[in-house]
Amino acid sequence: MMTTLDDLLWSYQSLIYGLGTNAILGLSMYAVLQLGQLSLGQAAFMGIGAYTGALLTLKLGLPFPLVLAAAAAAPALAALVIGGPTMKLSGVHLAIATIGLGEVLRVAYINTDAMGGALGLSGIPEKADFSIIFGLLAVILAGFILASRSKIGRACEAIREDEDAARVMGIDVSAYKMTALVISAALAGLAGALNAHFSSFIGPNEFAFETAVSILSFAILGGVTTPFGPVLGAFVLTALPELLRPLHDFRLVFNGLIIVLVVIFLPRGILGFRIRRTGKPPPC
Amino acid sequence: MLTVHALTRAFTGLVAVDQVSFTVAPNTIHALIGPNGAGKTTLFNMISGLLPPSDGTIAFQNADITHLPPHRRSRLGMGRTFQNLRVFGEMTVLENVLTGMHPRLGVAWPLAVLRSPAARNEETAGLAKALNLLRKVGIAEQARRPAADLAYGDQRRLEIARALASDPALLLLDEPAAGMNPTETAALGDLLLELRREGLTILLVEHDMGFVMRLSDRLTVLNFGRKIAEGGPDDIRNDPTVIEAYLGTKVARRLAAGAP
Amino acid sequence: MLAQQLFNALVLGSVYALFALGFTLTFGVLRVINLLYGFYVAAGAFAALVAVQSLGLGLWAAGAFGVVTAGLVAVVCDFLVLTPLRRAKAPELSSLIVTLGGVLLMNSLMQIAFGAEVRRFPARLLSQDAIAIGPLLVAPIQLVIIATVFVLVAALFWFMERTRLGTAIRAVAERPDTAALMGVNVGLVVSGVSFLSAALSAAAGILIGLDFNAVHPYMGEPMMLRGFAIIVIGGLGDIRGALVAGLALGFLEVMTAGYLSSNLKEAVAFTALILGLWLRPNGLFGRASGKRA
Repeated sequence: MMTTLDDLLWSYQSLIYGLGTNAILGLSMYAVLQLGQLSLGQAAFMGIGAYTGALLTLKLGLPFPLVLAAAAAAPALAALVIGGPTMKLSGVHLAIATIGLGEVLRVAYINTDAMGGALGLSGIPEKADFSIIFGLLAVILAGFILASRSKIGRACEAIREDEDAARVMGIDVSAYKMTALVISAALAGLAGALNAHFSSFIGPNEFAFETAVSILSFAILGGVTTPFGPVLGAFVLTALPELLRPLHDFRLVFNGLIIVLVVIFLPRGILGFRIRRTGKPPPC
Repeated sequence: MLTVHALTRAFTGLVAVDQVSFTVAPNTIHALIGPNGAGKTTLFNMISGLLPPSDGTIAFQNADITHLPPHRRSRLGMGRTFQNLRVFGEMTVLENVLTGMHPRLGVAWPLAVLRSPAARNEETAGLAKALNLLRKVGIAEQARRPAADLAYGDQRRLEIARALASDPALLLLDEPAAGMNPTETAALGDLLLELRREGLTILLVEHDMGFVMRLSDRLTVLNFGRKIAEGGPDDIRNDPTVIEAYLGTKVARRLAAGAP
Repeated sequence: MLAQQLFNALVLGSVYALFALGFTLTFGVLRVINLLYGFYVAAGAFAALVAVQSLGLGLWAAGAFGVVTAGLVAVVCDFLVLTPLRRAKAPELSSLIVTLGGVLLMNSLMQIAFGAEVRRFPARLLSQDAIAIGPLLVAPIQLVIIATVFVLVAALFWFMERTRLGTAIRAVAERPDTAALMGVNVGLVVSGVSFLSAALSAAAGILIGLDFNAVHPYMGEPMMLRGFAIIVIGGLGDIRGALVAGLALGFLEVMTAGYLSSNLKEAVAFTALILGLWLRPNGLFGRASGKRA
């Protein structure tokens, strides 16, 4: 009896932590989508962060804060490297190239014994807890909200609406895109490491195509006009399969159906409202 | 102020701009005219940095900007509007102008994000200035509406206000009077004259001949990508090559043979 | 040995090319990345399987049945899911996501209907004995694949160039608004393209199902990823590019598996993709119809 109760709490804990890390992933998606960039490398960056974090904990036993910092830095560095070439791409090309990154890495992980090969890494100690995960989420969300309401938010929206017009307004579009990519990578890596440290196991197939599109759907469902959107989208799409569990095989059917219906009938996502970007309203 | 030298832009199979050279003097209104397809917008795109030239140079305020990215040209003092209206539709009118002010909002980004006192002051000052600009172009009452909701003429005026927000030394206007009725056109003309009085230099592309002749100090005429004439309004009005370009050879000959 | 590898590459490449052809057709005309496309691989294979097992049809009849069924399913699905977005002029991203939801939905429905275990086509459909042609050992299915792909591709080209609907499709691919103004029935064109591309996908699925002797609900997924790579390398919307890139990918994969390591086979597609985007972003022939000025 006690074991079942423990199992129950443990599985809910997983769900709740998952809500937090998926929300961070949603924000990582938001970082690039708010510039209108279809960069879908979050799953790949998440993987880099997860493996970095797991290996640092398992092999070197480093303290957790350091591990998290490294897990955010590693994919950020990778983003700096791929950022240059991908800058030239747009729309569909960018989307496909960045999804492809995840696939290439997946094969790399499978073929590298140090990373556990096809079996992945297991036995990762549970170092992530509620306050760490949701504390980080709160700070990140606050950062996005504050940035949105400042000149940075205006610049981002301008880039999203019309890149050339934005350039002519004195906005360094390339710098913004690169920064967004690096931030997106760091956040995804962070989420990956947090995830690794409560699910205690990571495998090469968790950071590829399905995950990339799944993260994208958080943002689309919730809407990308405010930072709250992807967070809400992540909450809904993470909790939904659990809530639908009694439906067994039908839960994926419902998952898919919900995505279809929301995109068709709520094109701006659930939270379609805009954040005002001028701070206090002027005395007119 | 601005000197364009032998500027050329070739696409596969077409030379859109062919060895064009001219100079825009400070504190003047200079017009670029020519039949449709003469290469005027392509020229504008090269001057503002959105299109790299195939050949030639561009100098702005005595600095060579030929390969400078567009956002740096904006910071140096070049403002621009677009022929096919490119306001940021989902942002409000006020936010559009504030975005135009971007190069002059110098507060470091961490301070801006954290809303330090310096950042807040800058924003407040910016808001006041933006409102003034909106008053100047005459759309202040619409400040809080989404830009896409504005009437066409008002959107054109918004573009001008947005371009002025960065305190440019040179303003590039691409068909600012397109789609405007005579009253609006006259008001726009007055605005431009006022801006010149305040020290601005304006380079404009326009098809409305009356408008152009009334306002311009100097005109450069393009046809098929080449400069075919340059001078003051009276010189251009009577230039046979210009007449031929616009009206065709037959009419030109008839005009020359008949009466002025 | 090399000749055998080359032959295998031809076979694999043909299937990839066929698959990519339908995919690029969808993108070129409808301007959407339709993730449902991978679903039709399984849909066609299962429909053919049902035709063989329940209706007792032979190889070619079952194949035709599978292809047509998948095409019709596609017309319905695309209509339900993509038309509202097209009317609302939604951004590309929305179509990508809605088809993601769609494929999630359809794959799981198929899994509920047929179960997740791997099925096989009955051996009686096609001889399994290898035929010796010169130095090569050729399995009958390989000949079937090459012949089918050849015929289908030729038929597609003929259709696009010589029939009214084909011309209409090309017109809509170039300039949808002008085509509509010229009296082209855009709705019909869209349905036509949905049907055609799904048919190609289904054909590829049936051939794969026969070749690897495995039919299961998620069999389209590995193909989708390769499909992405192929159409981007070949140039989005470029038919010739899809063919060449498909064949090339088949070649690269077989060579990698044969001479390097079969583990690396998976990475070939995307490595090629990334290189392709870097070096030739407009596709092999520079005629990608993705973006317009």
